Amino acid sequence: MGMKNVLASRWGVIGVGAVIGILAPILQKLGNPGNMGICVACFERDIAGSLGLHRADIVQYMRPEIIGFVLGSFAAALIFREFRPRAGSAPIVRFVLGVFAMIGALVFLGCPWRAMLRLAGGDLNAVLGIAGLVFGIWIGTLFLKNGYNLGRSQKTYPSVGLLMPLIAFGFLLLVFIYPQIQGEPASGVLFYSVKGPGSMHAPLLVSLGIGLVVGVLAQQSRFCTMGAIRDLTLFGQTHLLGGLVALVLAAFVTNLVLGQFNPGFTGQPVAHTLHFWNFAGMTLAGLAFALAGGCPGRQLFLSGEGDGDAAVFVIGMVAGAAFAHNFGLASSPAGIGTHGAAAVAIGIVVCLFIGFTMRTKLA
Amino acid sequence: MSTRIDARGLSCPQPVILTMSKIREMTKGRIEILVDTDTSKENVSRAAKSKGWDVQIVEPDGSGYRIVIQKD
Repeated sequence: MGMKNVLASRWGVIGVGAVIGILAPILQKLGNPGNMGICVACFERDIAGSLGLHRADIVQYMRPEIIGFVLGSFAAALIFREFRPRAGSAPIVRFVLGVFAMIGALVFLGCPWRAMLRLAGGDLNAVLGIAGLVFGIWIGTLFLKNGYNLGRSQKTYPSVGLLMPLIAFGFLLLVFIYPQIQGEPASGVLFYSVKGPGSMHAPLLVSLGIGLVVGVLAQQSRFCTMGAIRDLTLFGQTHLLGGLVALVLAAFVTNLVLGQFNPGFTGQPVAHTLHFWNFAGMTLAGLAFALAGGCPGRQLFLSGEGDGDAAVFVIGMVAGAAFAHNFGLASSPAGIGTHGAAAVAIGIVVCLFIGFTMRTKLA
Repeated sequence: MSTRIDARGLSCPQPVILTMSKIREMTKGRIEILVDTDTSKENVSRAAKSKGWDVQIVEPDGSGYRIVIQKD
């Protein structure tokens, strides 16, 4: 059996949630955007921008936190002998789910982690987003109860599982080869925002270090925001929920201490006040996460421990971010994008199609 | 009576769904579950315990784990 995994215990996952809840507001204090100490969706979107996959010049930055998540998880999986190269469970479906998960998240403006951090920073619009997230996940559990699944993955070559950590490492090399030049919108092949959220970031090595720590802790604790809500509605289990609640409470207290708690609906950082679209965007995202089996953070940690299907979901999210900004689907503080409403509708139809048609009896 | 569930290659939350539905169906007896990740191993064990089943064996099996749960 090997050694007992303390972090995967009830108090372990609560502790990990609390640590993330403390570190995220600190990252904000050190330069990350408001209520965005950590946001997996936003940061993957910034990475898409830094690579030039979209040209929204206010959201382009190679976020070291994301790189750290993958490499931290990879290191933990190696150390604790949990690296399991596996792939082949409906990769194209996972890609499409990743695309629409990102589009939904960018209509709300945040992944589940940021939804919690926004709440903990006093942004009451997050309540609508979280309600939508719960609603979307609940729809997902109805499909799960009726036999929805994406089929089995297969054990595969170690190199398959290594690809995502190698991609993360490659991106890290790019940051060192083409470092940010103050006031310049690009450095070599990478774009760097000079204004807007993409220009706001904690020091590179701090972001990377915290990303690595969170990657190790989250891989070992199986921390998952979507899983927290899904397991509660599906099984009545509160194991993962403890981590989620701990994150919100720890972030709330840390924000109070750092003077970052500003309650209200209006004037919130990187947020809009369209209640319906905050709800609907996260309904789409929540449904996509539930159908894909993990929140964006969890998918990164899985990709680090060798799950090639989770890696495809991550790449889908990066592609979704490119679509979102190239097609005017992403929201801004001014409101939703030109085609944001249509994209949410299409996304929900696609997710329902996937949920209704991909059912088999496994037992 | 003993029943076997092969949950290898299935991602979250399928191994737990399969285990729970078998537990509901059998109410007591012995169930052997095969999983391929540590997360599934922990989740299945936790779910079984929460339903009052005894986790008797957790051992490496191939590249994954074999779990045996029982309720008398």
